[in-house]
Amino acid sequence: MGDLKSFIPEGNISDKWTNHKFNMKLINPANKRKYKLIVVGTGLAGASAAATLGQLGYEVEAFTFHDSARRAHSIAAQGGINASKNYQNDGDSVFRLFYDTVKGGDFRSREANVHRLAEVSESIIDQCVAQGVPFARDYGGLLDNRSFGGAQVSRTFYAKGQTGQQLLLGAYSALNKEVAKGTVKLYSRKEMVDLVVIDGKARGIIVRDLETGAIEKYSAHAVIIATGGYGNVFFLSTNAMNSNATASWRAHKRGAYFGNPCFTQIHPTCLPVHGEGQSKLTLMSESLRNDGRIWVSKTKGDMRSPDQIPEEERDYYLERKYPSFGNLSPRDISSRSAKEVVDDGRGAQGQEAVYLDFKDAINRLGKHAIEEKYGNLFEIYETITGENPYKLPMKIYPAPHYTMGGLWVDYNLMSNLPGLFVLGEANFSDHGANRLGASALMQGLADGYFVIPYTIGNYLAEDKPELLPTDHEEFSKHEKEFDELVDKLMSINGKTTVDTFHKKLGRIMWNKVGMARNEKGLNEAIKEISELREEFWKDLKLVGTKDGVNQTLERAGRVVDYLELGELMAVDALDRNESCGAHFREEYQTGEGEAKRNDEDYTYVSAWEFKDLGRWELHKEDLDFEYVKLATRSYK
Amino acid sequence: MDEKNLNLTLKIWRQAGPTSVGSFQDFKVSVSEDSSILEMIDDLNNELEGDGKEPVTFESDCREGICGTCGLVINGQPHGPIPKIATCQLHMRNFKNGDTIWIEPFRAKAFPIIKDLMVDRSGFDRIMESGGYVSVNTGGVPDANEIPISKDVAAEAFDAAACIGCGACVAACKNASAMLFVSAKVSQFSLLPQGQPERYDRVQKMVMKMDEMGFGSCTNTYACEAECPKGISIKNIARMNRDYIKARATSENLEV
Amino acid sequence: MGWLGRTINSSIGKKFIMAFTGISLILFLLFHLAGNLTLYAGKDAFNAYVATLDTVKPIVRIVEVGLALVFLFHIFNGIKLWIENKKARPVNYAVNGSSKNSTFYSRTMIHSGSIILIFLILHLTTFWATFNFTGHPVDGSHEYFDIIIYFFQKWWYALIYFIAMILLGFHLNHGFQSAFQTFGWNHNKYFPMIQKIGSIYAIVVAVGFGSLPVYFYLSSVLGGN
Repeated sequence: MGDLKSFIPEGNISDKWTNHKFNMKLINPANKRKYKLIVVGTGLAGASAAATLGQLGYEVEAFTFHDSARRAHSIAAQGGINASKNYQNDGDSVFRLFYDTVKGGDFRSREANVHRLAEVSESIIDQCVAQGVPFARDYGGLLDNRSFGGAQVSRTFYAKGQTGQQLLLGAYSALNKEVAKGTVKLYSRKEMVDLVVIDGKARGIIVRDLETGAIEKYSAHAVIIATGGYGNVFFLSTNAMNSNATASWRAHKRGAYFGNPCFTQIHPTCLPVHGEGQSKLTLMSESLRNDGRIWVSKTKGDMRSPDQIPEEERDYYLERKYPSFGNLSPRDISSRSAKEVVDDGRGAQGQEAVYLDFKDAINRLGKHAIEEKYGNLFEIYETITGENPYKLPMKIYPAPHYTMGGLWVDYNLMSNLPGLFVLGEANFSDHGANRLGASALMQGLADGYFVIPYTIGNYLAEDKPELLPTDHEEFSKHEKEFDELVDKLMSINGKTTVDTFHKKLGRIMWNKVGMARNEKGLNEAIKEISELREEFWKDLKLVGTKDGVNQTLERAGRVVDYLELGELMAVDALDRNESCGAHFREEYQTGEGEAKRNDEDYTYVSAWEFKDLGRWELHKEDLDFEYVKLATRSYK
Repeated sequence: MDEKNLNLTLKIWRQAGPTSVGSFQDFKVSVSEDSSILEMIDDLNNELEGDGKEPVTFESDCREGICGTCGLVINGQPHGPIPKIATCQLHMRNFKNGDTIWIEPFRAKAFPIIKDLMVDRSGFDRIMESGGYVSVNTGGVPDANEIPISKDVAAEAFDAAACIGCGACVAACKNASAMLFVSAKVSQFSLLPQGQPERYDRVQKMVMKMDEMGFGSCTNTYACEAECPKGISIKNIARMNRDYIKARATSENLEV
Repeated sequence: MGWLGRTINSSIGKKFIMAFTGISLILFLLFHLAGNLTLYAGKDAFNAYVATLDTVKPIVRIVEVGLALVFLFHIFNGIKLWIENKKARPVNYAVNGSSKNSTFYSRTMIHSGSIILIFLILHLTTFWATFNFTGHPVDGSHEYFDIIIYFFQKWWYALIYFIAMILLGFHLNHGFQSAFQTFGWNHNKYFPMIQKIGSIYAIVVAVGFGSLPVYFYLSSVLGGN
């Protein structure tokens, strides 16, 4: 039996959130300004939360390590945002979105959270349109939709290939409105480096000013972390260069449980690696799979140019294996299938890549229509690879993209530490073992605009936390500990650079804790990571000073965390003796190579409590599936 | 892929801090054609760090040309010689073996240098705070499809909204004017029905803040449009001029 | 500062003044050119044209005052903008890449403008002052055509006049369409036309005015007229 309480409200799934909203305590408008809230991160979740909380009257302090709140990595999301508007009259509904998301997450998410997400999805679109987000429209002037992986309806709203940017600019504009009113104080170029926990409650944060190097203390009634995922543990991922796990990880080390760390999504349509110097991987929106057909040669080691390979010698493996979803199969399935054909020696021209071909779509719809839909993505492709995708098929390969795991939160999005709330990708809550396309934007904004504004009020009204002064001894202790960490890093004086360590870690993670995992590999990974960590602390070479701008020091601090988090991911993957969603254990598969879940033993959330370096205690939250019956996913 | 390496000389602006005197430093590098220019500097930095030398400070984040964080002036052009891309998307195949590449920070009084190639663009945020939004609160808004917007208008608003706030327009302009940036935001809202209630108020506030932040005036050289990684049109500047003059002439508000 | 002061001193306000005064000067130049071209029709035609203007002297004086104000605004504002804009970009790039993103004409408005200003002063002290007050530099007569010929026969004067007119062409080539952009009249259909008309206008003005000193100087050298 699991020992974690998620505080899911009573009642029918469709009434839970409504009832809960009524039952939660409120704070009267005049009293709200007496509460100080810290929001860390200004992506979709953080900006929308800070803006809405500011608007409600709370005193909000928002932090971003970027130079501007608008730069958060939500901006890079290309494809779109789901909502169960059913504008296309194709049978969509709140329940279908809920159903698809639970099923897509391979039954490892919390039903009540997912249903709430589906419920508020419609309000998100209304909100964004009201803010002036320029979504794509059809000729009648109404909103257009497209379909996305894992769904058989068109429920994805989009703004060309820049949906994330437009939504983020919407949230950023809402944030600006509050900054102008003075309800939100925005701090840029300040990175959260520790969570201050006093008497078991989150009371504030420690930040490092990235311009001056100064260590600063901020106190609040509650702290909201919305700092995104930890995909950069792989070094090469689609995450931005600076995306990191530090805020979450340091909170974890202060007592917040980490949920399902091994659930990391490998996105099927990214550009293949070009060489050693590669700094990150570029995603090509999954929406391309609407019109692109994925294939490889039927022959091993086929080095011919793709246009020289005749139709009958091509293997459209997704269409072959999953006839009803075909090229739109969920991400985990598509990624794994790509790895299978590459492992089979049939990668595109001997590379770790498969073809994504638009030839048929161009013949069917005309080049103009394809250009209209995907023009900017095609341009990006050509800029990066120097190849013209209108003429030759794209080469794509899976890459780490999104982390379903994250800090554990209850139904109210509060972690096990009272006063610490976690939103967006940083929490573990809604996507189970696999996230469907166009759902991350939805979750980020749902959490920020429509969930936290209610649930945080309930916490403040019920718990009545007090505001501690920043000269409280615990604040000073936390500050000193961080300062010591920096000094320790600066004084190693070894020979190996931060990036070298990060790349080494990334290679271990990709090879052994990546798309397919097994017991032997995971055990090796755990050993190798802890060895690498020891080497790091002996041999790191860090230049510069701790004052002023020192980007190497920033990266070193983040790698310190990855070297611990990477191990936990392996530990979690090893613990989960089943294959589910993005977590594929080679020992657990059907005869046809499909993931084999073990619902009997693993229908729970793994929430890890940090004990000591390399030592965690597992807490379990049992998952009940009342409304979407546990069943083997089939996309055939 | 046939990996070809280029041998290049880099002349990179180094400046220890905001008030320090900077100068160019020379580096010899060998880089793969498939690398991006930022990956080339990553490699250089890794080498410098290995030698115990201070790496070159520069900013970048998404490396997909959408976050607007990166911005270097390469051989005198913001984001380099290839049109409609951000610095991170500039690949070395666009250079020739033996080339000398000059790498400088964005230069403008309103974008003070923090260190090396890193500048402070917070002036843009201050402008956005002055009015770059539709004042709607969360909740209580009409259904999304209750506001039909013609496809053409929506497309034009989108084109304006595509601005990534990188500051290349300011860097390219001989007057360090921020008109393209500001007009893109003003245009997005002045085209859309949602932006109408605050249309004339917004343009006055944003222009006033823009002037206050120390950006220069527009003299219509259109260098901004030529260097914009997102191809934002100077038509937006025309639209903002129109709105601004109309607002100044007709608004009854004497405070603004 | 009141709302009007703030408007005029705002970046767009200053731009608007440049455009408004610029367009006024463009219109003036058109009339001026039309009048000057009578020089090609010979002495009588030109003198008759000037005499006609003399009959409406009070109106001409009023227009002159207005014109002077427009010039002053245009010049003063232009220099002010240039100084302010220099301050907004205090440090130049080591490599000047501006030729790759903008036209030569647009970047050199202050330079072409300054030379035109010098020319303007020269022009006023020669033609305008002699016509209106001092008369022919040699005999003090008010034989307008002869005054023109007198100056144009000096090679250096003809040269300065010619160069200034070329630069005026450059100035107008940018200024014409720039004014429309400033007024906000940038339309997919019409703006390209405006740009073309601007260029044609600039050429007409530069050739129209610039050919005069060339023609009269060469005529004198080659012994014609």
